[in-house]
Amino acid sequence: MALLEVKNLKVDFLTDDGPVHAVKDLSYTLEKGKTLAIVGESGSGKTQGAFALLGLLPKNGRATGSAVFDGRDILNLPRKQMNAYRAERIGIIFQDPMTSLNPYLRISRQMTEVLELHRGMSHSAALAESVRMLDAVRISDAKNRVHMYPHEFSGGMRQRVMIAMALLCSPELLIADEPTTALDVTVQAEIIDLLVDLQEDFGTSIILITHDLGIVAGTCEDTLVMFDGRVMEYRKTEDIFDNPEHPYTQGLLAAVPRLDRKVDRLSTVSYEFMAAKGDA
Amino acid sequence: MSGNEKEPILKVRELSVEFTIGSGGLLGGKKILRAVKNVSFDLYQGETLGIVGESGCGKSTLSRAIIRLLPASSGQAVWFGRDIQQMNNTELLGLRKDIQMIFQDPLASLNPRMTAGDIIAEPLKIHMPHIGREERALRVAEMMQKVGLLPGMINRYPHEFSGGQCQRIGIARALITNPKLIICDEAVSALDVSIRAQVVNLLMDLQKELGISLLFISHDIAVVRHIAQRIMVLYFGEVVEIGEAEQVTMDPHHDYTKRLIASVPVPDPRVEMQRREERRRLRKAAAAAA
Amino acid sequence: MPGITGKDTVLMDYANKLAALDAPKGRSLTQDALRRLSKNKAAVVSIGLVILIILVAFIGPFFVPWGYSEVDWTSIRKPPDFAKGHYLGTDQNGRDMLARVLQGTQMSLIVAAVATVVSVSIGVIYGAVSGYFGGRVDSLMMRFVDVMYALPYILFVIILVVMFGRNPVLLFVGIGAIEWLTMARIVRGQTLSIKEKEFIEAARASGAKPFTIIMRHIVPNLTGPVVIYATLTIPEIIIAESFLSYLGLGVQEPQTSLGTLISAGAPVAEVLPWMLLGPAAVLVTLLLCLTYIGDGLRDALDPKDR
Repeated sequence: MALLEVKNLKVDFLTDDGPVHAVKDLSYTLEKGKTLAIVGESGSGKTQGAFALLGLLPKNGRATGSAVFDGRDILNLPRKQMNAYRAERIGIIFQDPMTSLNPYLRISRQMTEVLELHRGMSHSAALAESVRMLDAVRISDAKNRVHMYPHEFSGGMRQRVMIAMALLCSPELLIADEPTTALDVTVQAEIIDLLVDLQEDFGTSIILITHDLGIVAGTCEDTLVMFDGRVMEYRKTEDIFDNPEHPYTQGLLAAVPRLDRKVDRLSTVSYEFMAAKGDA
Repeated sequence: MSGNEKEPILKVRELSVEFTIGSGGLLGGKKILRAVKNVSFDLYQGETLGIVGESGCGKSTLSRAIIRLLPASSGQAVWFGRDIQQMNNTELLGLRKDIQMIFQDPLASLNPRMTAGDIIAEPLKIHMPHIGREERALRVAEMMQKVGLLPGMINRYPHEFSGGQCQRIGIARALITNPKLIICDEAVSALDVSIRAQVVNLLMDLQKELGISLLFISHDIAVVRHIAQRIMVLYFGEVVEIGEAEQVTMDPHHDYTKRLIASVPVPDPRVEMQRREERRRLRKAAAAAA
Repeated sequence: MPGITGKDTVLMDYANKLAALDAPKGRSLTQDALRRLSKNKAAVVSIGLVILIILVAFIGPFFVPWGYSEVDWTSIRKPPDFAKGHYLGTDQNGRDMLARVLQGTQMSLIVAAVATVVSVSIGVIYGAVSGYFGGRVDSLMMRFVDVMYALPYILFVIILVVMFGRNPVLLFVGIGAIEWLTMARIVRGQTLSIKEKEFIEAARASGAKPFTIIMRHIVPNLTGPVVIYATLTIPEIIIAESFLSYLGLGVQEPQTSLGTLISAGAPVAEVLPWMLLGPAAVLVTLLLCLTYIGDGLRDALDPKDR
C-alpha cells in the first residue's frame, strides 16, 4: 500500500480581490521509502500543495480533495490530531530553519523536549539520542554543540539541526520545502547529499519541494512538475530529464544554463501550450 | 577579448576594504574585518567579467568599493586612468553616470512610491538636468521598449509588476545614462528559471548592441559561465582564481574552485550521480587533509 | 546611445502611441491603502463624523442666534430653552452654551491642526536627516532630542509666554515644537530601516545627493507611520491644550476651547449638567473618532497585509 496518496487536491485562498486558486488539481502517490520531487517556479502552488496536507494553510486557505496517509485521510484533520501526525509521523524542513527553531532555547532543550513528550524518554536518554541525531547529520563535536543556541550555528549547520530535529521521532515521511534555497552552493550540495544518505539509512520517504531542477536530478526517483497549480508532468526522474514530454518541462530544462555544456543563447519557456490547451 | 593590447577601462590593484565592528560601546573593543583583501583585476571595454563566490566572500563589498559607495582601506581602483579614491565631486558624479548598477531584489530596488517612468527617468534628472521634460519622456519610452516593457506600463507602480518586469525596469534605469560599465550584483539570482533566461538574454543582447562592459556578480557559476568571458573566483575576500570562463569551469586550478564546481547541480540524473561520488571523494580528501 | 534624432521614426511612432494611449494610471500604494480604509466601517463613519464636526464648528456660528461672548442678562445658569434660542442652555454669565461649544471646538481644532503640522514637519525632517546620515550626526541629533525630552514642557511653555506674551497661536506652535520629539524618534527608526533598502542604494549609486534621497526616496515612504502617528497626536494636543488652559496659560476669555469649557463645567456638573455635557460629548466623539481613524489607517497602511 502506498504511504501517501494525494488525489485531486485543490487549494483556494479567499482574498480581498476574490478567490485565488493556488492548487487546481494535484494528484500523486508516494510509496514507502521512495522519494518524490515536486518542481515548480514561484506561484506554481508547489508549497501550498504540501502545506495543505499538513494543515499549515493560513486562515483564508481552504483545501479539498483527499490525502490518504497510511490508510487515513489526513486532509483537514482537526488541529490536535494533525499535531500528533506532524510531531511523530511526518517531519518538515523549511527553507528558513529559524522558523522552527526557538532562538531563546538551547538546541538540546528543543530536541530533548520533543523526545520526552512524544517518545516518553528520560532526559538523559533523550539527550543521548539528540547527540546521536546530530552526529547522523554530520555535525562534528555534537556532544558539546548540542548545548549551543541556534544563532551560534551557521546557515548550513542550522539546516542540519533542522533535519536532525525533523528526524528525531523517525517519521515515515519527510517533507522538505526548498531546504537549500537560502544556502551557498557548496553547502547546498552537502545538505542534499546528506538527505540522500539519510534516506538510504533511515528508509524515510521524502517529498522534496524545489524550484531547482539540478537538485532533483540526482536525488529523487520520481519527479512531478507543477505549473499554475496543475501537474504538467509526473514520471520517473530519469525519463523526465532524458525525454521531457510536456512543452513546459522541455522549456524549463532548456532555460537552465548548464555548467557542463555551453550554449550561445538560453532558450526561454514558451507558454503557448497554455493557449493550445484552452482553459484546460 | 581580453588578451589584446587594449588599455583596460577599469584597473583594480591590491584593493582592500575593511570594516570596523563592535566600536559602538564606550568600552567595547574594536575589531577589524577585512572583507576584501588585495584584489587585483582588469576590465576591458565590451567585456563581461564574472565574479563568483559564496555569501560573505566580499563580492558585493568589492563592487561597492569600485564605485566608492564604500571607502577602500588600501589599494586602488582606476577608472580611465583616474584613481576613484582621489576623484573630486564632479568627477565622482561622472563616475556614477558611467558606472551603473543592477541589484538583486527586483522589487526592493525600486522605490514603491514612484511610477516606473519616474524610476527610469531619475538618473537622467541627476546627470542631464538640462534636457526637457518631453525629451526625457521620449528617452524613457525608448528605453522601456529596449528592455521589453510596454508603453502602457509607464505610470504603473512597482508592486503592479512581476519580478521579471521589475528587473527590466532596473535594467532600463541602469542603461538610461548611457553608461560604460554595468555592475550586476546577483541581478538574476532572485528570478525564476524561465524569467532568468529572458533577463540573461536581454543583458547579453543589450551588451552586444551598446558595447558596454559588465561586471557580473553571482553565486551561480553556471549562469556566470554562460554570460561571462572571464571569471574571477573570490573566497573569503581573496581572489583564488581568475581566467577564461572555459578554463575556470572545465579545468579549475584552485581547490576551492574545484569544490565549488563539483557542488553545482547539473540537471541530468546520470551526470549528477557521478558528481555526487566525486563530491564524496573531495569531501573525504578535505577531511583527511584536515 | 542613439539620442533623439530624426532617424528614430519607429521610436517617434512609439512615443506618439504613448501619448495617444494615455498610459493608464497605476494604483499607487496610497490609493491601495485608501481602498482598504474605505472597507473599514468604523473608520469611514469616524471620518464622516470628524468632517461633520469640522463643518459645524466653522459654519455653525453663523446660524446660531447668540454670539459666544454675548451675555443674555435674562437667562443666567438656565437649562436648554428653545424659545430663547439657548439650545444647550447658558453658563454662569448668561452666555449661550451652543455658541461657546462651537467656538471652543473651532479653537481646539485649530490648535490641534497648527501643533500637528508643526510637529510633523519638524519631526519628519529632523528624524529623516538624523537616521539617514547616522553615525556621529545621528548621535548628536538624538542626544539633543533626549535633552529636550528631559525638559518639562510646562517650563518651556511658561518661558514662551513670558517672552512673547499670551498669544494662543504662538503657544501652540510651542506645543507642536515639543510634540515633534516623539515624531522625530519614530521617523528616525523608520529611516534606519528604509535606508538599508536596495532602492536607496540604487539612488546613491546613480549619484543622487543626500537631500534628494531624503526628500524623494525616504520621506514619501514614511507616509504610513507618520500619518498614523499624526492622527494619534491630535488627541494628545487637544488634551495638552485643555490642561494649559486650565492653568490659565492657554486660551483667554472670552474665547474658549473644549478643554476650558470642560474645566469650567466639571465643578458644577451636579447643578448645571448642561455646561459639561455639551463640550464633553464633542470632545469624546472627536477623540474616539480620531482613534478609530488612526487604527483604520494603521491596518490600511500596514505593508504586511500585502
